[in-house]
Amino acid sequence: MENLEIILPEIFLSLTIMFLLLFGVFKNNSSKLIYNLTTLSLIILFALLLNLYQVSDLSIFNNSYKVDSLATFMKLLTIGSGIFVMLTSSKYIEINNINKMEYPILILSSILGMMVMISSNDLIVFYMGLELQSLALYVLASFNRENLLSTESGLKYFVLSALSSGLLLYGCSLIYGFSGSTNFNIILENSSSGQYGITFGIVFILVGLAFKISAVPFHMWAPDVYQGSPTSVTTFFAVLPKIAALSVFIRFLYVPFAEMNDQWQMIIIFLSIASMIFGAVAAIGQKNLKRLIAYSSIGHMGYALTGLAAGTNQGIQGSISYIAIYLVMNLAFFSCMFMLRRNNEYYESIEDLSGLSKNHPLLSFSLLIILFSLAGIPPLAGFFAKFYVFMAVIEQKMYFLAIVGLLSTVIAAFYYLRIIKIIYFDKEKEKFETDHHFGLKLTLALSTIFILAYFIYPSGLTEIVSKINII
Amino acid sequence: MDFPIISSLIILPTIGALFILFTKSSNSKYQSSKYVALFISLANFILSIYLWLIFDKSSINFQFVENREWLSGFINYKVGVDGISILFILLTTFIIPICIISVISTIEHRLKDFLIAILIMETLMIGVFCSLDLIIFYLFFEGGLIPMFLIIGIWGGERRVYSAFKFFLYTLLGSVLMLIAIISIYWISGTTDVEKLYEIGIGEQYQKLLWLAFFSSFAVKTPMWPVHTWLPDAHVEAPTAGSVLLAAILLKMAGYGFIRFSVGLFPIASEYFVPLVFALSLIAIIYTSLVALMQEDMKKLIAYSSVAHMGFVTLGIFTMTQQGIEGSIFQMISHGLVSAALFLSVGVVYDRNHTRLIKKYGGLVTVMPKYGIVFMIFALGSLGLPGTSGFIGEFLILMGTFKKSFLVATIASLGVILGAAYILWMYKRVVFGEIIHEEIKSMKDLKKFELLILILLAVPIIFFGFYPEPLINSIETSVTSLIDNYNTNLTQSIAKK
Repeated sequence: MENLEIILPEIFLSLTIMFLLLFGVFKNNSSKLIYNLTTLSLIILFALLLNLYQVSDLSIFNNSYKVDSLATFMKLLTIGSGIFVMLTSSKYIEINNINKMEYPILILSSILGMMVMISSNDLIVFYMGLELQSLALYVLASFNRENLLSTESGLKYFVLSALSSGLLLYGCSLIYGFSGSTNFNIILENSSSGQYGITFGIVFILVGLAFKISAVPFHMWAPDVYQGSPTSVTTFFAVLPKIAALSVFIRFLYVPFAEMNDQWQMIIIFLSIASMIFGAVAAIGQKNLKRLIAYSSIGHMGYALTGLAAGTNQGIQGSISYIAIYLVMNLAFFSCMFMLRRNNEYYESIEDLSGLSKNHPLLSFSLLIILFSLAGIPPLAGFFAKFYVFMAVIEQKMYFLAIVGLLSTVIAAFYYLRIIKIIYFDKEKEKFETDHHFGLKLTLALSTIFILAYFIYPSGLTEIVSKINII
Repeated sequence: MDFPIISSLIILPTIGALFILFTKSSNSKYQSSKYVALFISLANFILSIYLWLIFDKSSINFQFVENREWLSGFINYKVGVDGISILFILLTTFIIPICIISVISTIEHRLKDFLIAILIMETLMIGVFCSLDLIIFYLFFEGGLIPMFLIIGIWGGERRVYSAFKFFLYTLLGSVLMLIAIISIYWISGTTDVEKLYEIGIGEQYQKLLWLAFFSSFAVKTPMWPVHTWLPDAHVEAPTAGSVLLAAILLKMAGYGFIRFSVGLFPIASEYFVPLVFALSLIAIIYTSLVALMQEDMKKLIAYSSVAHMGFVTLGIFTMTQQGIEGSIFQMISHGLVSAALFLSVGVVYDRNHTRLIKKYGGLVTVMPKYGIVFMIFALGSLGLPGTSGFIGEFLILMGTFKKSFLVATIASLGVILGAAYILWMYKRVVFGEIIHEEIKSMKDLKKFELLILILLAVPIIFFGFYPEPLINSIETSVTSLIDNYNTNLTQSIAKK
């Protein structure tokens, strides 16, 4: 009998999903209750994982499922941000009439899929997790089915994502065919860089993964899906799948193919440079905040990939720190978006922010901090995210990557500044409502304080992250 | 561990800003915020004076050093002062209360936010002048962009958005290259601690590229020709206090950076690039003086004169002589006082007549005699009349330059003449002559607070013009050790070849 203790969180989550599903079917009008139970179970899950943190480097099921410091940390990030997504969006889904009982359950299943992805040490397990996550996300994207944009975005996401999953699966089969196994560790033993089949396999899998984190040139779905989905789902989209996909990136590149980094390094460099530049330039003309944040997240994924391109532990740690800080900034930004409510209607155009600082000084101040941080201006947290990544890149003497990356932050600064200009320099509009629920205020306050005060004690995050050694 | 006096200097304004942020704004026109801001800035000024008094001027080491672990394992929070930085700290803490007095008596629109921005700015600027770690320096240096962007953008003139964006993007673009250089230094030398870097030095083969990367940042901030174009825009659109902050302190961050980092860390590259800096400085002096001559807007004229004066500063620094560098530091302090005073003087008439165009004035001396006198002092200070602090700075710089190159010094001297021409011509057109415009007749002379801040600025300008000893005395040992370090590096490098 294998030691099932280490996957206790996953088992707990699966049981919760089944229980909540049955509960929802048999009890009418229980959507609110299920929503709260979901948040509660996520908190319990978080506690379970924290409890597990001391355990390091264990594997189960024939070494196809790994629980190590990388997996635990990434799962904590995923679930932590899941909790805050639930906290911030409760009112939004009520007002937009999407508080069906399936909604929180889909979110939970998607999180389960992500946890499987994060821990996977085997191509099949990884694919299973990916599909579990994606299937739930397709439905979530089109959850507001009366809204044309929402259904369109769900369909678009489904078609494109299915295509990329197909490519990914093809890559998996190539790798299996040439190395004789689906287990990452066995692939490592059996593969050498001379085999073209493996190289093609890597490329196909990278394409599939790049699609999931919306790196250029596989980003086309992101702006439409971000804009069309309900904002609560966009918040989810912008943060959680990226964490999972990034950890798969790390494990996939550095466990089976660490030796072959000459084969994939150029691809990662290209993906990151293209994403950074495209994200910065394309966001300039946007008028919708959600669309803008989609382009900005494309750019941010470029920076996160930059760390992976370095090919060192420091680079991996840089990327992980980047994604950790990125998710806080995004949660903060979306909390601000949930506050733009007037007469039960949410506003999401940049113009709606005009003169916000006159009527809502605190909200505008948070936005100011968040936007400058997204732009990477010191001493805010966003600067440190970039700093860690570029530390690793410059250590490897990849100056070109560093210079392109930092120059594109200057371009990106322009569109963040434009929003700040609209908030602070333009004429004010009508007031927004100010009676926000506690969860939303808490999220915004915590995340803003984190961003603002990060520089006082930056070692906190680095100490945790420095324990993650993959190579 | 003694009382952390430098950290207190850095943190105190931020505490004041937080206090203002969290006090509820009542209808009493932000009375409490005003007093808090003024009190905090004055306390900081007194603290920095105290620091100056207990500072040991004969030591070449950094003093009051605080070294704390910050980013565990590789970067420490390290601050300290030497004779050079302490003067800039004094300048900052002296100018800030003046800005605050000017702001609380002229600005009503979102006063509270303005005070917060100024206090945060003070924290960042003091941080720049005393940080002894490159990363910490970068944090403070870049952080200053945020409050300044807001000051120009919220309280600025008509084209404020354009100017604020230009200011922000220009300086950010220059600085990201410096960030790359700083990280590279970490990987080359294994530390970003300035004191340690002074000791171990940086490999010769890296110096030129690193120097250029630092130069790109400082040249934009100084500003040197041809990347100076953001400055006139920013000055013209910024509110008076914003212009004062920009001219008096922000520009000095770059001059300070040149001395501390470019010359201190990359002596061989500095020597190599001397002709480049000389050429750019001379163009800045002559060209921008000519441009200043033709300006119709008073603020723009002073902005261009700042570029010219900063040209003298960069010229002086890269002469690498005792007189040149001392003169540059002196010139920076003096220019900090004089340009602040000039911008405040323009602000005075702008508040009354709501225009900055020179041709809209004329004959002010008949209605505003007191104003005529103080404005005259500052105009003379700007052109460097003996007896004002401007003279000492320019004189020392030219003396240093003559040692190095006769031709360069001669051309630079022409700039002194042009400097006298544009400022006196402006003064003549604004203050003397017949009153042509009806509005002028109804203009009132200086109010009490205006007279107060202008006299506060005039006193040190004249005092240091006659008796520069306290300043020179404070920088002397530090500059000597800087030049010694520079020369030993050069001789070592030549010996190697």
